[in-house]
This record gives sequence, C-alpha cells and structure tokens, in this order.
Amino acid sequence: MLKKLRLYLPLIKTLQTGLLLATGLAGYLSAHTAPSGLILLGVAGSLFLAISGSTVLNMWYDRDIDAVMNRTHHRPLADGRVSPAEALRLGLILSALGVGWAVAMSPLYGLVVFAGLFFDVIVYTIWLKRRTCWSIVWGGISGGMPILAGRVMATGQIDLIGVLLSMAVLFWIPTHILTFSMRYFADYQSARIPTFPSAYGFETTRAVIALSAIIAAASMGVAGVMIGVQAGFLRLMAVLSAGLLVLSFATVFRPSERVNYSLFKYASLYMLASMILLSL
Amino acid sequence: MKASPLLRLFLLLAALLAAWQVAVGIEGLERVPVLAYTIGFGVLLVACLLLIILGLDVLESPVVVIVSTVIPLSLSLGLVWERLAAWRTPYLLFVLGGFLAVLLTRSLPLKGRLPVIVLTVVHGVAGMVIFLLPSVLAAQGAARPGFALVGLGGALIGLGGLLLSFLKAGRPIVPRETILRILPALLLLMTAAFVAGFALA
Repeated sequence: MLKKLRLYLPLIKTLQTGLLLATGLAGYLSAHTAPSGLILLGVAGSLFLAISGSTVLNMWYDRDIDAVMNRTHHRPLADGRVSPAEALRLGLILSALGVGWAVAMSPLYGLVVFAGLFFDVIVYTIWLKRRTCWSIVWGGISGGMPILAGRVMATGQIDLIGVLLSMAVLFWIPTHILTFSMRYFADYQSARIPTFPSAYGFETTRAVIALSAIIAAASMGVAGVMIGVQAGFLRLMAVLSAGLLVLSFATVFRPSERVNYSLFKYASLYMLASMILLSL
Repeated sequence: MKASPLLRLFLLLAALLAAWQVAVGIEGLERVPVLAYTIGFGVLLVACLLLIILGLDVLESPVVVIVSTVIPLSLSLGLVWERLAAWRTPYLLFVLGGFLAVLLTRSLPLKGRLPVIVLTVVHGVAGMVIFLLPSVLAAQGAARPGFALVGLGGALIGLGGLLLSFLKAGRPIVPRETILRILPALLLLMTAAFVAGFALA
C-alpha cells in the first residue's frame, strides 16, 4: 500500500497541486467572512482531490509525450511502473470524489471546480495541447479556477474580485510556463509539442512574459485594494510585484539562462506570498 | 557557489524580517520615509530571495553594485527625513544624484577611477548617516537607546559593502568562499539590527 502511494505521489505533482490549492484557500479566505473550519476543510479536501485527479488524468493522456522528454521520462506512467489503466482509474476516482464533494457543498462552487477540471483535461490537454501553443491560455484559465472556486464558496457568487484574482493567476501562468518552455525547449521540440518559443521565437516569448507579468501584478494589486487588504500588506505585495516585473523585464533586456531560471522560481514564490497576503 | 541549508535559512530569516518591516514596522510614518524604507527593505527582501534561488555567485554580478547602493541610500533618506528636517531637500537631492551617478558610471564604459570614487562617496555618505545619526541621537538622549541598533545595522551594512567591494576588486583580504559564507549571516544580523532598532526607537 505504502509502495503504491509512493508511486502515485509523483502523479499528482505535489508542488503544483499544493500551489493551486493555496490559491483556492486564499480565494476563500480573501472574502474575510467568519471562518468556518468545516467549510475550509471541505474547500481544501475537494480542491485537493479535483486538482490531483485532473493532474493524474493529464499524465495519463500525456504518457507518450512524457516518455520521450528527458525531464519527464522517469515518471511512473512514462516508465511503466504504473499502468495506464490504473492511472486512468485513479484519475477518474479522484476527480469524481473532488467534484462530487464540491457539488455537495454548493452547486455553484461545484460547477466552478468542474469547469477547472474540464478546461484542464478536455480543452487544454486532450484538445489543444498538441495542436497550438495558445493552449496555455486554456491551461491558464483552468489554473485560475481554484481561486475563483474558493471565492465563490465564501461569497456565494462570482464577483468582480473573484474574476480579478482568476485573471491574476491566468496572467501569472506565462511567467511560469513560458520560462519553463524556454528552459526545456529541446524537450518540447523532441516531443513535438507546439510552444510559444517554437512558434514565435524566444524574443517574442520574453515580451509576452513581461507583458503578462504586468497584467498579473496589476490584477493582483487591484484585487488586493478591492478586498481591503491592509496598507502594510499592500506595500509588501507591491514590493514582491516589483521583483516579478524587474525579473520579467530582465528576461527581455538581459536574457540569460540564469535570469530565466530565477524568474521561473521567483514566480512561484511570488504567487504563494501573494496568496498568503490576500488571506490575512 | 550554492548556499548551504544553514545559509539559506539565514537568508530566509533576513527576507522574512525585511518583509515584516515593510508590512508592519513602518506603519504610521510620513509618506517619504514610508516610501524610502519600503524601497530599502524591499530591495533587501527581493535580494535575499534571489540569493536563495540563484546561489551566492550572483553577488559577483555587476548589477549587484547598483542594486546594493539602493539600500543604504533609501534607508539613510528615511532617517534624515524623520530626524533632520532641515536637511530633507539637500539630502533628497544627494540621494537622487548619487544613485544616478552610480548608475551612469557603472553602465557606461568609463576608464579611470571615477566609478570607484563615485561609489565610495555615495556609499560612504549614506553609510555614515545610517551609522552616526541613530548612534548620536541615542547617545544624546534625543531618541531611545534602542535606536542605536539602527546605527549598528549601518555599521554592518558598511562591513558587507566592504567585503563585496573586495570581492569585486579581485583582491579579497579573506578568501572568496569565506566572504560568500559570511555575507548571509551579515545580512541577517544587519536586518535584525535595523528591525529591532526601528521597533525600539
């Protein structure tokens, strides 16, 4: 059993799932309603299951790509330690449990959680990922669903703040994914996955990263002001956003592997820190 | 050179202290000191995060000289604005002019000793302000004794700057690895001294 769990753990990409889960919890806490431990547990549990489920389903579908990419060929599905049927079963069960739990908590919340899963697995992975580099827009939209779901659970509606928070995640994603696709350019080429660098070149990709960082930071800032985040925390968000912008512009004007890598890592820290600040 | 877990911990603690200072420690001050301290501690925060991500070798990048000028300049501006009202405008002009001079002399391909002289003057003045102003005010009883800790932070920032300049000059009085190992601890001590000093002022 423990051995199985150890095999399943890489299938849910713990860091990525953890970060998305953090955005969902921040979305809930950003409403600053009277905190309910039970609801918070429900949001955490249902989102964890749904995000994990969609990640396993992505890996199940992309196992042929993973097998030819240096970075991913050692994954349990790609190297045959977990069978496709077993992974599919696991992905479907986790997804059904996550969405089911979410619907039971609130139909609207469940709908948003389902939308995230649908956009991620069906639209992004199965339909568009192998066809166009613009698929990341849909990947980004699905990435913005957990924070919107959390917000919906707290407020009972889809409000402007929720949409702004979602946009912040959507536009943050290129700073993460596009730097990643430049770092592992050869890998994506060998797997014949269309990416921004392969379609438009590195220079345009860097410009897109910088532009999306500006929009992400602006969306986060406006959402923070509308939520009523304390002035001190807003200052801190501004400082962290400035760091993101400086690194994004550095990728345009002083491109190097080191700057690219630092932006990739910093973007994750930025998102996590912003989520904590929105929740306080 | 990759930072060891202990050095990363030092950097993380320094980053957290700087973040606390930006978010909580400067609440209630006037607009200019708030802006100046936000820039100073903000640069410190982002620098610590980048050192954790990229490792200590990044300290040898030429950009570090320019970025590290921002910290003493902005902190000293905040101190002067708060404590020496008569010097506000002249010092603001010095800060803006000093930063511009460092930026230009480090960006243009200049020969001779001008870049070093400019950097020494700008760092020297800002460092002395951070060291002397709180120390003198605390000694005179014009500020609480704890405010002197800001002066200690100023001394430490000066020491850090000195070590960095040795590193850049390629003639370190202590080995390069030792300097890189000392700097995270120095950053932590410096930030802790600043945060404590401002809290106790």
